[in-house]
Amino acid sequence: MDVKKRLLDGARMRRAIQRMAIEIVEKNRGTQELIIIGIRSRGVPIAERICRLIEQTEGTAVPMGILDITLYRDDLTTIAPQPVVKPTKFPEPIDDKVVVLVDDVLYTGRTVRAALDALIDFGRPKAVQLAVLIDRGHRELPVHADVVGKVIPTDRQEVIKVKLEETDGEDEVLLMENSERES
Amino acid sequence: MRTGTTGLRSKDLLGIEPLSAQEIELILDTAEGFKEVSERPIKKVPALRGQLVINLFMEASTRTRVSFEIAEKRLSADTLNFSASGSAVEKGETLIDTAENLMAMRPDMIVIRHKHPGSPKILADRLSASVINAGDGAHEHPTQALLDAFTIRERLGRLSGVNVSIVGDIAHSRVVRSNIHLLTKMGANVTLAGPPTLMPAEIEKMGVRVVHSLDEALEGAEVVMMLRIQLERQGKLSLPSLREYYNTFGLTPERLRRAREGALVMHPGPMNRGVEIASDVADGPWSLILDQVTNGVAVRMAVLYLLAGGHLTES
Repeated sequence: MDVKKRLLDGARMRRAIQRMAIEIVEKNRGTQELIIIGIRSRGVPIAERICRLIEQTEGTAVPMGILDITLYRDDLTTIAPQPVVKPTKFPEPIDDKVVVLVDDVLYTGRTVRAALDALIDFGRPKAVQLAVLIDRGHRELPVHADVVGKVIPTDRQEVIKVKLEETDGEDEVLLMENSERES
Repeated sequence: MRTGTTGLRSKDLLGIEPLSAQEIELILDTAEGFKEVSERPIKKVPALRGQLVINLFMEASTRTRVSFEIAEKRLSADTLNFSASGSAVEKGETLIDTAENLMAMRPDMIVIRHKHPGSPKILADRLSASVINAGDGAHEHPTQALLDAFTIRERLGRLSGVNVSIVGDIAHSRVVRSNIHLLTKMGANVTLAGPPTLMPAEIEKMGVRVVHSLDEALEGAEVVMMLRIQLERQGKLSLPSLREYYNTFGLTPERLRRAREGALVMHPGPMNRGVEIASDVADGPWSLILDQVTNGVAVRMAVLYLLAGGHLTES
């Protein structure tokens, strides 16, 4: 895969996440009842950063959880490669909480569908919101994000690669072209 | 992006012997993720929704059958239990005919326990469904060895270099054979002990050390696995008496002191208290016997999931 364009550098990406944190607090008029849940794998470090930023500006800690949606995917039998199943961890029950799901890229909406199914198995949140760093379009399900870092129109054969310091050593968002064309 | 994809190479799990160390590690890693599912308020995930698993138990089993059934249900598979008694098997139907008839009902997986070694292989070669060996005679019992390894790894953080002693009826035990394959592949040091009448000749060739007393086996052991004397598999008892066996090979708290401090005690069950193990040991703080049962569900979920097509990517 070839890199076509660098969409966001480290500084712009950090500002986008900062704005997401502010929007989440603004939208919910504070941090009461909030619980931030990162979707594995790249949603987790973004969720951690959002929690840290909210704590810095608001002075209150927001609970953070981790959601693994592998077992809720709809493509197990299509022989697509699956990520390793890892535990889901919530710091407290999600009943009657406002859950903010955090992921790196919103694309077809299938991950969010799986995440919603998984979430419902853990309890009955008061509300569920979605915050994503990049919205690249091409939805296949009626899903929309409440908080978006950046909207980037793409072609389907393009791939968005979000790199994070925690997992990849540096912060940047790249637009890649899939040259071999996966079947 | 298919590079870096790992999964199980075979559609079946017939034993530990054909698995690579990498495949074993994959199953154990996957099982870690599944352990958490059993601790949720809703202990169920939709991963195997719509798949039919037939549990074909042609030999008595409680723990393994129940464990598989729970694992299947927690993955949302449909399950069907089939046992020898009360079935066409009693009317003289052969294993292959039984299996082909079941196959006509389009199951996705068959879990089989059978008293004859190699029965799972016969099915696996003929049927398109995935076949999981849940114990075939004295041959293999792969999911038991996997859950034992998972339990050891969970406590000690590693398998490589761990000193594991297995004591008891080695000759009749499929659990031992699977455990030897697994532990030696993962770099553990395995010592076997038991009465000479229950120790197969030349078993050292499997890469294990053989000693003839319990005390020798306990020396330096970090994990002690006790085995049941399988009376039902013996024509006549290869021992003078069970009382004498307890005095020679029974694990008591006093004798356990010979093992390394903090040594862990395991037993695949069912155990005979007062024969191979004293109650004070089985119920003591060093006992992992019930952890093994809990972990069995997670490990079997991982096996079912991976065979159903849960290939993995390294991201």
